[in-house]
Amino acid sequence: MKYKLNFYTYSNALKKNQLLGLKCRSCGTITCPPIMVCRKCADSDQEVVQLTGKGTIETFTTTFVAPMGREVEAPYTIVMVALDEGPWISGNLIDIDPARVDMTIIGSRVTFGHKIFPGDSYSSGQAARPLFSINHSLQLMENNI
Amino acid sequence: MRRVSVIGGGHTRFMANSPNTGLELLAEASMEAVINSKISPRDIQAVYCGNVLGDFSEGQGMIQSYLANEIGCNYVPATKFEGACATGTIAVRDAAMWVASGVYDIVLVCGVEKATAMGTPLATRTFAMFGDSRFEYPAGFTFPAVFAMLAHLYASRYHIPLEKLKEQMAYVSIQSHYYGVKNPNAQFQKEITLEKVLGGPMVTTPLQLLDCCPFSDGAAAVILASEEVAKKLTDKPVYIAGSGQASSGHLASQYQYLPRIQAREISVKQAYGMAGVGPKDIDVCELHDCFSIASIIAVESLGFADFGTAGKLWEKGETKINGKIPINISGGLKAKGHPIGATGISQVYEITRQLRGELVDQGRQVEGAKTGLVDTLGGDGIVANLVLKRD
Repeated sequence: MKYKLNFYTYSNALKKNQLLGLKCRSCGTITCPPIMVCRKCADSDQEVVQLTGKGTIETFTTTFVAPMGREVEAPYTIVMVALDEGPWISGNLIDIDPARVDMTIIGSRVTFGHKIFPGDSYSSGQAARPLFSINHSLQLMENNI
Repeated sequence: MRRVSVIGGGHTRFMANSPNTGLELLAEASMEAVINSKISPRDIQAVYCGNVLGDFSEGQGMIQSYLANEIGCNYVPATKFEGACATGTIAVRDAAMWVASGVYDIVLVCGVEKATAMGTPLATRTFAMFGDSRFEYPAGFTFPAVFAMLAHLYASRYHIPLEKLKEQMAYVSIQSHYYGVKNPNAQFQKEITLEKVLGGPMVTTPLQLLDCCPFSDGAAAVILASEEVAKKLTDKPVYIAGSGQASSGHLASQYQYLPRIQAREISVKQAYGMAGVGPKDIDVCELHDCFSIASIIAVESLGFADFGTAGKLWEKGETKINGKIPINISGGLKAKGHPIGATGISQVYEITRQLRGELVDQGRQVEGAKTGLVDTLGGDGIVANLVLKRD
């Protein structure tokens, strides 16, 4: 069985700031990042959909001890974001001083972008990863609705 | 299915910068297990071996075959297991199935790691391979980062001020070091204080150095035998009464359950069910404390505390020898050390010794312990549990 949305297609779309996911034709659940079947019901009848990339920070960490080859990136902040469509995805938080990141960012609304990880000796090529930015104007706008 | 017994074991000291090769560590632990099980290497019918990063740390793959040769049990089937940090426990579980089924009467389960040979940057890189290489590593995930995010999520979900949680987490590490002092095989044999834990260097917020287990070199081994054989060789047979194992997808994919680990709840339910016991029957537990927060999360899934409350167990000393549920009386991964291919087997041997009453001299014996639980977590998703019992 062929993938509806394989990793390279997902990663290449991310490079254009498009977040792709799968919508289950059987139960309606959105799966992102993609796997072969619906994460909820395991049905393989999936449709590729574009997601908004908008979501809420659920948790985070600021990393000071980086793996080999990525020392120059530290300190950096990793976040897990609950997308408005349901699933959580992981990425990096930017536009904020890592030293200022604390528990108060949980629940913040974020907007979406990307950055390319070029890969290292142990990776099979490059991979795009989501970047998130706390969007205060988005937050204000939504609070006023 | 036949009853399967742990009849003996062996354990090197866990340490940094071991002067022995990985194969030598594995052979030393294995021969110790052979000798104290009162068997000969030629009695071993199959070898089940845990080793995760031998290729990166020593350029050595297929160590299981060389181990069989090294200790003179030539030409037996030797199989390697890999389940990240849960490797040892899944090796014991599968080995037990072969004995339970009647195919073999006596098998060796052994595991080794020589992680410190890699140095911290490469070790951090290779340990991160037990997260998702497509969706986690590009964002800079490390293993501490996974548990750091779970710590913040735990504080957020259960409305515990982070400072309070950090203090409870510190007590987990402090207790591990307290028992590490009493364990001659422990990597760290030095007590630590609250001030020292909370004053340590930051690894990844909120985890500081002493919230994290070390990289380690070391090996452990156990001999499993059928009940019939066990009764001839020992008057203190300890039985593998129940086992469970479950798998997961990458961390974010577990979003509907976090900070709870669903795989652990499924796995331990299988193990309790098979053994016909529940959390209240467990006299002593070795659980996977790779990070201080990991212990707090684990005991809740294992049924020893309500969700969101487990930190109090360590704060009140309920996890010590005379407490409500003695946990990691070995010093745990934190103080005893965590050579990942050996860890699960080390836990099994520790519980076996507790149930045999062999730890009195070390001042670590849980008096009258009859039923013990092993809990081991690999990566962000494999969990294996074993219930051990004596008659």
